[in-house]
Amino acid sequence: MPQMMSFCLSPRVLPLFASATLAVGAALPSRTEAQAQPPGVSLSTRYVAGQKTSLIVLAVKGLNGDSVATILSRDFDYSDRFNVVSTSSAPVVNGPPNYALFSKLGVDGIVQPTLLPSGWVRVALHDVSKKAVLNSKDFPFPSPALTPAWRSALHGVSDAVEEWITGQRGIAQTRIAFTRGGRVWVVDSDRAQVTPATPSGMSPQWLPGGRGLVYSVLDGVRNPIMMTDLGTGSQRTLASSSGIEHSSPAVSPDGRTVVYARGSDTGTDLYAMPIEGGAPRRITVGRGRASTQPTFSPDGQRIAFMSDRSGHPEVYISDLDGTNVELLTAAAFGDRDYRAGPDWSPDGRLVAFQSRNGGTFQIMTINLRDQSVKFVTNDGRNDDPSWAPDSRHIVFSSTRSGTRQLWIVDSETGRSRQLTFGSEARLSTWSPRLLSQ
Amino acid sequence: MMRVSRLTLVLASTTLVLGACRKKPVVAPQTETTPVAQPQQPSRPTNITPAARDTMEAYRTKLAATRARLLETIYFEYDADDLRDDAKASLDAKIVVLNANPGVKIRVAGHCDERGSDEYNIALGRRRAEVAKRYLTDRGIDASRIETASFGRERPAVQGTSEEAWARNRRDEFEIIVGGDQLRAQ
Repeated sequence: MPQMMSFCLSPRVLPLFASATLAVGAALPSRTEAQAQPPGVSLSTRYVAGQKTSLIVLAVKGLNGDSVATILSRDFDYSDRFNVVSTSSAPVVNGPPNYALFSKLGVDGIVQPTLLPSGWVRVALHDVSKKAVLNSKDFPFPSPALTPAWRSALHGVSDAVEEWITGQRGIAQTRIAFTRGGRVWVVDSDRAQVTPATPSGMSPQWLPGGRGLVYSVLDGVRNPIMMTDLGTGSQRTLASSSGIEHSSPAVSPDGRTVVYARGSDTGTDLYAMPIEGGAPRRITVGRGRASTQPTFSPDGQRIAFMSDRSGHPEVYISDLDGTNVELLTAAAFGDRDYRAGPDWSPDGRLVAFQSRNGGTFQIMTINLRDQSVKFVTNDGRNDDPSWAPDSRHIVFSSTRSGTRQLWIVDSETGRSRQLTFGSEARLSTWSPRLLSQ
Repeated sequence: MMRVSRLTLVLASTTLVLGACRKKPVVAPQTETTPVAQPQQPSRPTNITPAARDTMEAYRTKLAATRARLLETIYFEYDADDLRDDAKASLDAKIVVLNANPGVKIRVAGHCDERGSDEYNIALGRRRAEVAKRYLTDRGIDASRIETASFGRERPAVQGTSEEAWARNRRDEFEIIVGGDQLRAQ
């Protein structure tokens, strides 16, 4: 019963174990690896298929307490790392919880938020099997409640609690930028706060810390690459010229370089330019063929991109100067088809992409170490994957609900949820971890 | 030989109708200053003979047809940028118009259907525009007279997810960017 072993860690041991988890996690934990663990070692701090820590968020007294409990519960559910027990099924807690009652409910961990008179929120995490508080912390809370800043702070609380348990910070406090109706929009990872971010444009990419967006505008005139500061709303043109299409930008992890596709009478090729301005430098030489959709490796030294240089679209990897080109996708397929939209995972291990399969597109991942591939979707047409900062969740567009909308899939369990509703949404990108706001 | 004779005929008729057309500005003030009403021709009192009027009308029709030929959209197969036979025929007709109108400049804009990667479709649309341009320049049209652009799948001609809608969206659109008001009928 691995669940019984959950939360058997004292806070003192936790950081040590967390770093070990990260190292093991790099080898893609699978069921077999989990079974190979020596007996007696807790599995609770890492994800194991089918074995999720059960969490319950206690009801919160005070103004907007219900919203606090609801949002925290939903964040834990959306993390796909916990089995979340409904707040309403919790026994009444006055003082220390009756751990035996929670144990009967199958609960491993109790999240107990308390609104403090100062306006801050105190969150205690109880280990049911240890019958003790595992961790507790007071978090600042902006007022008034229910504003975007308040929601963001609360997502930050969820992410911190997730880190106490798993050793890895959660992704609730992130946002997704996407394309709808010829402009760029931003939505919180829990699908709240759908907000227009630019007057026009498509294909957004985040600047480090989520402070702004780089995007393209296909206006038929100068088709620029633009940058917007989300704090001030100011816009700046990065690349622009008459009769040229600038499209599909990617921002380097250090935020200093933008790589984009430049379409002209000589074809569509990748160029790199300093984000603060300067001469663009050519990366690919397609001689009439197309290279587009660049994505940076986490160290910023390499790019993956799609190209039809072989006659059909495939994903390639090269150094940032265009040398050392390798064909990434065909090796695992051996046939001619259509693969596009690569996105390099933040942990550097995987590239997600779309692959035509039976006349439509599915999202796949390819492991850069052994070239093993995996389908992460199987329903509808699915395009343009983008990784969350946890290198586990992927946002993409799908037609599975009838219209093209954004969906999020957990690449480890295959569990998915719909992120956008309404008119067509596509070309999305998951933010990095946001700078504290 | 037949081609030459047809061309001669076309040129001859052009000269004829152009001659008829030039009369118009001369005629117009006359009609305005004529105080006498003519009940037989209440719609448009003029001294143009019925034959000349027919010719003008024919010229207008011909000019519209010429413009339509130059602007006729060409279509592509799915995920393809090579010219179909009907597209080549349409481009051949455009060459005649362009040769007779050396002052005219055009823009070719490539478009795609909604299938395939949206961002790759921008590159594909660009290639569809370039292949049409190359067909024209290979046959003597000066490259400086043809601009190219791509709108990917971003500006569909028709909405919908049917084969028919897709087929109508995979296209090159043509636009006159210089000299449109001086176009001569062919």
